[in-house]
Parts: sequence; structure tokens; C-alpha cells
Amino acid sequence: MHNVISLVLRRMRLPLILLISTYAISVLGLTLIPGIDDQGNPWRMDFFHAIYFVSFLGSTIGFGEIPYPFTGAQRMWTTFTIYAAVVSWLYAIGTILTVIQDPGFRRVLAFQSFVRKVRRMREPFYILCGYGDASRLLVRELSERCIHCVVVEKDREKIEELAIEDLLDYVPGLSEDATNSDTLIAAGLNRPNCRGVIALTGDDHSNLTIAITSKLLAPDVQVICQSDSKDSAANMDSFGTDHIIDPFEIFASRFAMMFHSPSMYLVYEWMTAVYGAPLSDFKRPPTGTWILCGFGRFGKAVRKFIAIEGVKTRLIEADTEATGAPLDTVVGRGTEANTLLEADIQDAVGVIAGTDNDANNLSILITARYLNPGLFTVARQNQQKKDPIFKAADIDLIMQPGTIVAQNILGLILAPLLGDFFRLTRNQNEEWANVLVSRIAGVVAEITPETWELEISPLQAPAVFDRLIRQQKVLLKDICSNPKNRSELLPCVPLLIKRDGTGMLLPDMEECVQSGDQILFCGHQKSTYQIRYIVNDQRALYYMQTGVDRPGGAVWRWITD
Amino acid sequence: MNLEKVIFAFFSILALTLNYGFFIGELDDPTHHNVYELFAALVVSLIATIMKFGDRAHIGALLLATSLVADLQLIAAAMVWGYVVYVAESPLEPSVMSSIVSLSGGALLANLTSVILLVVESVTFRR
Repeated sequence: MHNVISLVLRRMRLPLILLISTYAISVLGLTLIPGIDDQGNPWRMDFFHAIYFVSFLGSTIGFGEIPYPFTGAQRMWTTFTIYAAVVSWLYAIGTILTVIQDPGFRRVLAFQSFVRKVRRMREPFYILCGYGDASRLLVRELSERCIHCVVVEKDREKIEELAIEDLLDYVPGLSEDATNSDTLIAAGLNRPNCRGVIALTGDDHSNLTIAITSKLLAPDVQVICQSDSKDSAANMDSFGTDHIIDPFEIFASRFAMMFHSPSMYLVYEWMTAVYGAPLSDFKRPPTGTWILCGFGRFGKAVRKFIAIEGVKTRLIEADTEATGAPLDTVVGRGTEANTLLEADIQDAVGVIAGTDNDANNLSILITARYLNPGLFTVARQNQQKKDPIFKAADIDLIMQPGTIVAQNILGLILAPLLGDFFRLTRNQNEEWANVLVSRIAGVVAEITPETWELEISPLQAPAVFDRLIRQQKVLLKDICSNPKNRSELLPCVPLLIKRDGTGMLLPDMEECVQSGDQILFCGHQKSTYQIRYIVNDQRALYYMQTGVDRPGGAVWRWITD
Repeated sequence: MNLEKVIFAFFSILALTLNYGFFIGELDDPTHHNVYELFAALVVSLIATIMKFGDRAHIGALLLATSLVADLQLIAAAMVWGYVVYVAESPLEPSVMSSIVSLSGGALLANLTSVILLVVESVTFRR
């Protein structure tokens, strides 16, 4: 991008020349035209006084005729000077204002300012492409945890919304096309502290382009993409995208889990939900025939996953040709009573409103509930700003693609071990999940738990590491007990220890930690501070292990030893 | 025939010639150096500088730099003159005059460099 100053200067050439010429001609005229002094003798103004006079004339101050009253000729020249000078000034100032307000100029300014801000960032940051619902939530959560990010979004209005948002951390925004590699480089793709690129533009092709550009220009940077179809997901996977998130598949698989394994569903929900949200009332969906309105990506995914659970679905779809709906689909939107009746709504146990139109979804559910009050209602909410009306509709289960994407990405960023955890829990059964749920519920009362990781390394857990290299044992319970009362455990549950590539689920408190272990915890947020304190402070760890409070200073220690 | 280039070269060379016209003559004799010529040299030099704004090429930057130097020296010469005669209100002594003319001599060299660069740019210009 061009130098901003040179752009301004070029536009200012003519006004400045005009200004200088006007002043020069006026000054020259005043020095040449003779005046008459108070004695009646002719007198000529010198350059110094001419410049002085024209200065206060041109700036419309107008002190007066110096040093003697002017002759007629002088006055005529002065009149000409007044108009010429003032008009030149107006022209020059007008040009400056036009240049500043020029949209191209402002774009250049905004771009350069953004590049400067990114260059000044010293801590790890993420690049978010696109500022939709998912991005908005993600930015808010990341800023509350003091993880830096920058946002690139094509739509100028959305970037302006970002600027107004009340965030804890300052998030620079750029309104340029993220699929352009220059834009990604300006956003800091090649900088060593860039931790990841997150593509949430809402258009699969753009996400794909961003992923490829990222992988080619900066292969070490993590790439997380949202994908809305199997094809693009496979495409993204083929060149090594680190994580691909399909909100519809995720929701559908979790929803299916609710049928046969509600505790497992709770485990997944709690691990990915935002900390501090109240634990929602869990209602188990009944098995039977379900009515599914809308056979788009959402409808297809849901039908596929709950079919595995043995749940039959009756489809209602307005455009059966384009969506490839099977032959027994009822044609219609589902918003009218007769379409629902045609699909045997009175015999159904639940209804899923899965179209891409929020108003239709609400209408479907209200009509359905009117026809069959005992139905289990599931709705797809496309836009976050419709939150109040969806909440007021008292729906049993709401699916927001933006929220699902944001929560999953947050999990990937904050606790990468969650991926391993989910992989291992897939093989567990409902009883195991029940036990885990009751353990966690016992620890966190009524709010969703926080999940975090700890690595036994010199950087993150120096006190523990120190004891381990001296061949001394450190038990898990030493880390997890309350420093104020060591016989009591902190409100947290160690979920997983990853050691040498293998994972150990729900380790026992008597387990010995080893150096290099990565531990995944889940529990109350205040435990994070306590555990961090224990693993960093040698005295605290010693106290946890032995119950003896050793003196801190070297001198005192030598005295007491 | 590029009108812009004609005007550009015109003002650059006019600045040089006016400057030389003021400079030439005995160093400390006020009768050899006309104040109107200093005024004209300064104004044309300023206009020539403004014409050099906004050029992003390397040689354009050099041209602008030399022009700015010339402006600086001429403004300094004018200010010395104005201060001595009108603020301090002392007569125009040879020592003062020689300072003024020396400063304009410096500006002359800068203008000369500017014109040489202009010629170099024109000669090396390939269509």
C-alpha cells in the first residue's frame, strides 16, 4: 500500500501553488505601489511589512492599514488581495478535508494502522476470518481469558460493530477480504507469535481458500475451519487442515447421544460449554416417531444420526427436488397445521424445526405444540440476535450453529487434550458416564465446570518438576488438595493424564505424576488458581506432601536444619 | 509533448536562474543584489518544491530533498535580511549582506543539483 503522506501531498499540489502565488503577487504589489506618509511624501512599503500585512489579511485578522493610511491605489490592490487570499485558503482547506474523507484514503489509513497494531503484538494471537455469530462469541470468550486475536472481515459494518463492542482486550479489526493472501500476511500470518488461523467466514469456498493460503504460507500455524458440507470437509482435510468443525454433524451426533446415553451427552456438553453458564435442565428425548421439518444440511445430519439410534423420522420439506428428499416426504414448510397433520403429528413424540429461517422454525413449533401439546421440541436458531424470542418460546432444545462452533473452537484452543479425552470416552458406556457426571456435579454444584490443562514441565509446574528430577515422588492428590486444609480435596476432577502418547482416563488420586505428563482437569474455576499456586511454589508443595510448613529463607532453613 | 513535464522543468530552471541572478555580483555590496530578485527566487523555489511533491520514485525523493534545501537557505537569507533591517533596525552593513548572499549561494548549489538530477532523469528515461 502506498505511503499515505505522498498521497496527500499530491492532491495538495495545486492548492498550495495557488496559495503561494496569491501571497507572492499580493506582497509584490504592495511593495511596488507607492503610498503617501503623514507629511505628504511618497513612500514605498518594504518586503518585511508587506509580508506582515498580507499575513494578517489572508488569515482574515485585519489589524489595519500600516504604518500610514493607504492611498486609493493601495486600497484597490488590497481589495483584490483580500478576495484572492481568502478564496485560496478556502480551496486549500477544502481539498485537505476532501482528501481526508476520501474512502480510498481512509482504507489506506485503516490498513496501515492495523498492520502497525499487529506488528506491535508480542504475545501469541489468533487470526479470525469472518465476524459472524460464532466469531463474535469466540472473540468475547478469548478476550475474557486474555488470549489475543485479530479479526478480518469483508463487511465494513461488522468491523464497526467490533470496534463498539465492550471487550476486555483490544481486538484489532480489518475490513478486507480474508481470502487475499496479502490481507492474511498483513494480519500477521508470518509472525512467529501467530498461533492459529480460524476460518469462520460462512462460505465454504472462502474458508477453503483461507486454509490453503495459510498452510502454504505458514505451514506451522494451526488452521481451524468451519465446514458446512462433507465435500469441503474432505477437501480441507486433504491438505492438512488441523481441525474441521461441522456444527450440524456435531449437534446431530450429540442429539443422538441424548437418546441412549444422557450422561455421556452431559459430559460432552459440560466439557464444551462456556464456564459459568447455569446448568440447563436436562430432559431426555423420548423414542418414537419424530417429525423433522427441513431437509437441508441440518436435517440430513440429524436424520442420519438418530436413525442409528433406531428413531424413525417423518420428513416435511418444501423443496424436495433440490434437497433430494426421499419419496415419503410430506411436501410443505411445516408452518401450517394441515402439513403437520399430514405427517401424523398427533402420533409423534417430538418435532424438530430445522429450516434455515428462524421465523418459520418458531411458527412450526408453535403450530405443532398447539396440535400436540406433549411434543418434545427441538429448534434450529440461525441468528444469535433472535435469542429473546427463542427463549420466550420455551423450547426443549435449541441448536445454534454459531454457539456450537465457538464452543468447540474454544475447547480446542484452551484445552487441546479434550480431543484425546473425547476419543477415549467414545468407547465408554453409560454407567461410566453416570459416575463421571455425579463426580463432576458433586464438585461444581449448579454451574458448568471449567476445563483446563496442566503440563508437568519446568515452565508450567516448576516445583513439581524440581521434585521429580530429584527422584522424589509426587502424587496427584498432592497437587489437588486444598492448600488451606490439606486433608480436603479441591473442587476439581482430573479427567485424563496423557503420558507418552497414551491416555489414562479418570486417574486415581494416588497416581504418581511423571515429568512430561499432560493432565486435563475439570472443575470449579477457583481450583485453577490453587493448583497453579501449588505446582509453582516449592514450599506449598512440600507442605502438601508432608504437612510441615518449612521456613522460606535460606538463613532460617540453615538455622532450623 | 507532456505539458506537466514542461511546467515542472520550467519552474525548476527558473528557480535556478533567479537564484543565480541574485547571487552574482560582489559579495558584500548591497547595490549588486536586488531584494526583488531574492523575493522572486524564493517564490519560484517554493513553487518548484510543491511541484516535486508526491513522487514515489527514488530520484523523485532526491529532487524533493534538494528543492527543500534550496527553500531553507533562501528563507534563511530573507529572514536574516528582515531581522537585521526591520527588527534590529541597523543599516545593511557589508558583513550582513555577505551572510545573505552566502546563504543564497548555498541555495544556488542546491538548485543546481536539482536541475542536474532533472537532466539525469530525462536522459535515462526510457519509453
